[in-house]
Amino acid sequence: MKRRLEISELIFKIFSYLFLTVFALLCLYPFLYAVSASISGRHAVEYQELILFPKNVQFEAFASMFGNNQFWNAYSNTLFLTIYGTVWSLGIAILGGYALSKKRLLFRKAFNFFLVFTMWFSAGIVPQYLNYLATKSVFNSVGIMDDKWLVVIAMGMAAMNIILLRNAFENVPSEIEEAAVVDGATELQVLTKVFIPMSKSTIATVALFFAISRWNGYFWARQMISNSNEQPLQVFIRNQLEQYTDLEQLGGWTANYAPDSVIFALIVCSIIPILIIYPFIQKYFAKGTNAGGVKE
Amino acid sequence: MKRPVGDYLIFDKATQTWKEDPEQMVRDDVERHNWLHVGRAILKDWRLYLMLVPMLLVFLFWRYMPMYELLGAFKVSDVVKPVAEQNFLGFSNIKALLTGAGTYANLSNEFWRAMRNTFLLSFYGLLFGFPMPILLALFFNEVKSNLLRSGLQVFTYLPKFMSTVVMTSLVIMLIRQGSTTTGAPPGILSQLLASLGIISSETAQNGLLNNPAYFRAIYQVSGIWETAGYDSIVFFAAIIAISPTSYEAAQIDGANKWAQMRYVVLPGILSTIVIMLITRIGAMLSIGYEKVLLLNEQKVQIYQTSEVISTFAWRIKTTQNQSGLASTAEMMNNVVGMLLVIGANTIARKASNVSLY
Repeated sequence: MKRRLEISELIFKIFSYLFLTVFALLCLYPFLYAVSASISGRHAVEYQELILFPKNVQFEAFASMFGNNQFWNAYSNTLFLTIYGTVWSLGIAILGGYALSKKRLLFRKAFNFFLVFTMWFSAGIVPQYLNYLATKSVFNSVGIMDDKWLVVIAMGMAAMNIILLRNAFENVPSEIEEAAVVDGATELQVLTKVFIPMSKSTIATVALFFAISRWNGYFWARQMISNSNEQPLQVFIRNQLEQYTDLEQLGGWTANYAPDSVIFALIVCSIIPILIIYPFIQKYFAKGTNAGGVKE
Repeated sequence: MKRPVGDYLIFDKATQTWKEDPEQMVRDDVERHNWLHVGRAILKDWRLYLMLVPMLLVFLFWRYMPMYELLGAFKVSDVVKPVAEQNFLGFSNIKALLTGAGTYANLSNEFWRAMRNTFLLSFYGLLFGFPMPILLALFFNEVKSNLLRSGLQVFTYLPKFMSTVVMTSLVIMLIRQGSTTTGAPPGILSQLLASLGIISSETAQNGLLNNPAYFRAIYQVSGIWETAGYDSIVFFAAIIAISPTSYEAAQIDGANKWAQMRYVVLPGILSTIVIMLITRIGAMLSIGYEKVLLLNEQKVQIYQTSEVISTFAWRIKTTQNQSGLASTAEMMNNVVGMLLVIGANTIARKASNVSLY
């Protein structure tokens, strides 16, 4: 028999639905507003006339952005950093996580501590910057001249992601590994033929984390890349934001779209790739994230 | 089968015999500092150790070597000293920063202001930002339709995946100041707040971000918007991991919703709450510098509430080139942060047998 709901429980239930709906809409609202503002007419944007839906639709803000070579340049730089950065970080994390997951590894505790310690204690941005300046000349002397490559190899590694992978590899049954070894598989074959296929969902999650942090990277790219033509999209957006705020105050703007619309158009372009891959991978989050952190 | 006499023996199921366990032997060798045997064991398994090398190098170069740079606090002289003392720097950077010795009174005041801001931003984050994901998870648990729930969840996770630049740009645009020359009104969010009477229309017109009184609120609200949904994943996973039989048992005992929440749900997610709380307290002093920098860049008028230790250090490094003092500030921050992690972890271990590290 099903128990009847008490009044207080009913109120709680209704409140939950209401609260979640409002919260979810609020999470979405700024993005919807950005889309509307990017395609609305100048007067509507400058005088804040739109609330949700676009007014006096124009596409010139997008057109002016697509006609801007710097934009495409920034976009391709971001793609470069994201693709190579994800491959680099994920490769290192898989190899390291695999070795750490092996019980037979000597000094396993020490290696784990070496990793986990960086989660408690980070030197801070000034020492990191000084260290970057110091190592830059070393890397230049061995032939890595490009600032972009330095960002790829120096940034974006996170101990948490390696621990997620390590925990996933530890959950692979040892019988399967033994069977592969008996069949004469080498260490690398065991990793690529057994462990990687069996931990696909965690690897997908970790790859997504790496890719998103690369795609969104701003501060270090801005500090480390000296050539402004090599700056990624996030730096470009920020520069545009700073420039346009000044422009509006000077009153030198003659186009029939607001300067803000260009910023919003840029924001829309920078989040579209994330929105495209997001539905495919979001189902892995719950699985991947709660496996980590609790152990060790 | 009877176990023969000897050390390091393991039972081999395949051949039904006792065999020596070479791995345990090597572990003993390590303890006895029998390094030749250890080296041989590593050589035999060299592929595995080679896999570790790239990871170790990356962490060594870009995580541990910066820690060495922190020693600049004791080595790089930014403080003008009498000639007789110039060869020994020692604690003079620390002294100048903490007490404002000599001509450093201003700098020291700014340091303490930044320390206070760091603490307050994290403390308010703990107070308002921490309970929010737990509440969301409890609410999500009320939604019985899977489709509706996952739909709502997907929306609330979304802001987490936006970059700090996008997030702060949206915030800046939504609460931007009005224009005095064209008479354009302030940002849409400022207008809403002004019409609700939360802020005066004058404040809205002048730009919320130009007013030091509102920085903390802006920081917390945008923080909740950004992370609350995503952070609720962990708590929601803990709630759905509670076995249905626990609820049934409670119902048979006549427990209503509230009693179930008190005696079933809360104990079920307590360990998760403790772990997340430790993590949160441990990260208390590492306020996201990127977000603060992007919100207060070039806005000296709001430094009094917005500047945190890392941005303070960054400012004195980049504008005054005082890397010794900057390293000192970061070191103070890190040492206190470290003590907080260890403290929180110890208390949690004593109080509830849950510990993170």
